[in-house]
Amino acid sequence: MPMQPKRKIPIPGRVFKDVMVKSLTGLTVVLITGIIVAILIITVAGGWKNLTWEFLTQFPKDGMTRGGIFPALVGTALMTLIMTIAAVPFGVITAIYLSEYASEQSVFAKTIRFAVKTLAVVPSIIFGLFGLGFFIKFIGFNIDNAFNGGELRWGQPNILWASLTMALLTLPVVIVSVEEAIKTIPRDMREASLALGATQWQTIKNVVLPGSLTGILTGTILAISRGAGEVAPILFTGAAYYVAELPTSLNQQFMSLGYHIYIMSTQSTNVDETLPIQYATTLVLLLLTFSLSLIAVILRYRIRKKAI
Amino acid sequence: MKESKVDVRNLSFYYGTNIALKDISMIIPENKVTAFIGPSGCGKSTFLRTLNRMNDLIDNTRVEGDVLIDDVNIYEKNIDVVNLRKKVGMIFQKSNPFAKSIYDNIAYGPRINGMKDKEELDEIVEVSLKQAAIWDEVKDRLHMSALSLSGGQQQRICIARTLAVNPEIILMDEPASALDPISTSKIEELIHELKKVYTIIIVTHNMQQAARTSDFTAFFYLGELVEMDKTKTIFTNPGKKQTEDYISGRFG
Repeated sequence: MPMQPKRKIPIPGRVFKDVMVKSLTGLTVVLITGIIVAILIITVAGGWKNLTWEFLTQFPKDGMTRGGIFPALVGTALMTLIMTIAAVPFGVITAIYLSEYASEQSVFAKTIRFAVKTLAVVPSIIFGLFGLGFFIKFIGFNIDNAFNGGELRWGQPNILWASLTMALLTLPVVIVSVEEAIKTIPRDMREASLALGATQWQTIKNVVLPGSLTGILTGTILAISRGAGEVAPILFTGAAYYVAELPTSLNQQFMSLGYHIYIMSTQSTNVDETLPIQYATTLVLLLLTFSLSLIAVILRYRIRKKAI
Repeated sequence: MKESKVDVRNLSFYYGTNIALKDISMIIPENKVTAFIGPSGCGKSTFLRTLNRMNDLIDNTRVEGDVLIDDVNIYEKNIDVVNLRKKVGMIFQKSNPFAKSIYDNIAYGPRINGMKDKEELDEIVEVSLKQAAIWDEVKDRLHMSALSLSGGQQQRICIARTLAVNPEIILMDEPASALDPISTSKIEELIHELKKVYTIIIVTHNMQQAARTSDFTAFFYLGELVEMDKTKTIFTNPGKKQTEDYISGRFG
């Protein structure tokens, strides 16, 4: 007599679920990739014709309906540079303190961690307002009153205050990514160094930091590339609609790519006429942030290869 | 020759409120190999790590009692832990060479102590590698990453790295537990050579290893030192029943 299964296992149902989940995940991938590809295609199609050497090296002309984006390009680069100089050392030092020196239970470290997490979710426009209130109205005004006899030099929007505001925005990202990178160094490595009679700082300098360099670099580059494209924090703290000259001092205003796109598409005298400029500027900004990410990826790859 | 190198008096150790070591006293003789044996969690590794104050690195721990090395209490307030760890080197269970070249691994200790002279460093590296019986295997590739070596070789690199600091005592925390039998026997031969110059304290799970390599053996159980004696005595005629039961494999 043939054996009969006691209970039927509903195989078709399971297969169906499997297929469903598989197609859903696949669909999500297609959707996300599709959005990125669409943005790229639209920007490249609209902008590449206008992306000439002249566009990159000339000032805007004719009421900003012609000419290039040279001052915005330089402004973004300068701002990113100052922001990096301000945010990275600060972020790395904080991350070293949190991961190497602070005890897990210390109230002080917990407070810092809480503050960093909170900072990371503050909307960027709030940073802009803070920059206006703190750097310009408070620090700037007081510098002017104390040293310049009340003459307005630092108490107004400029590239320094904008960059510092941007540094505050990127700081939590830098701290978190550097701390994560430092945490990847196993405890044994620290113990090996300490057991050889190294001080804690020697251990950090010779073992922890070199070992986590990849992570620190990638983390900071990604934070920087995020900051480079932000507009809201520099809106009231230093970005200019138009400057006739490149900034020569830290208390001058500057043009930035992101802000340039914003004003070209909303404040321009003739929005339709400047459409090619808008596309091309967007393309430049995208290329800039993409190449920063690419540098991060290459760095990671090269240092990883070297380590093995 | 001085009899006692390390003199532990009434040492207790706490993780938070949990007591991990209870009132331990022992004398560890100079230029001998002393083995710590006992089941997992008996406190032997914790005890080893109190001898170079490695437990200081763990939050929320507390030490009571005294540890005298060369008659100096290492838990005195004015003790420089960095100097202590130069004098009391440590080999870990899992070999942990730095992600640096073989040369830079050995030169690490001398360098952090400020040695810059190339010739002097070269000599220390060579002598240390020879002492750790790995010079012949690596002399042609000193500038390759230490991570490219096998597990057994890495552990001997770690031993050479410790020797380069010129310690007086070497603590070994199950140094061969992750190694194959051939690498293990190389480490054991090495221990035999090293005890001529250094005082060696080794934690091991492997009873044969304790019997083969050590002059004295201490048996730990549940945070207490059950007994300590000449290795021969412990393994042939232990004083306590617990020791006998453990050694004969009745528990643990």
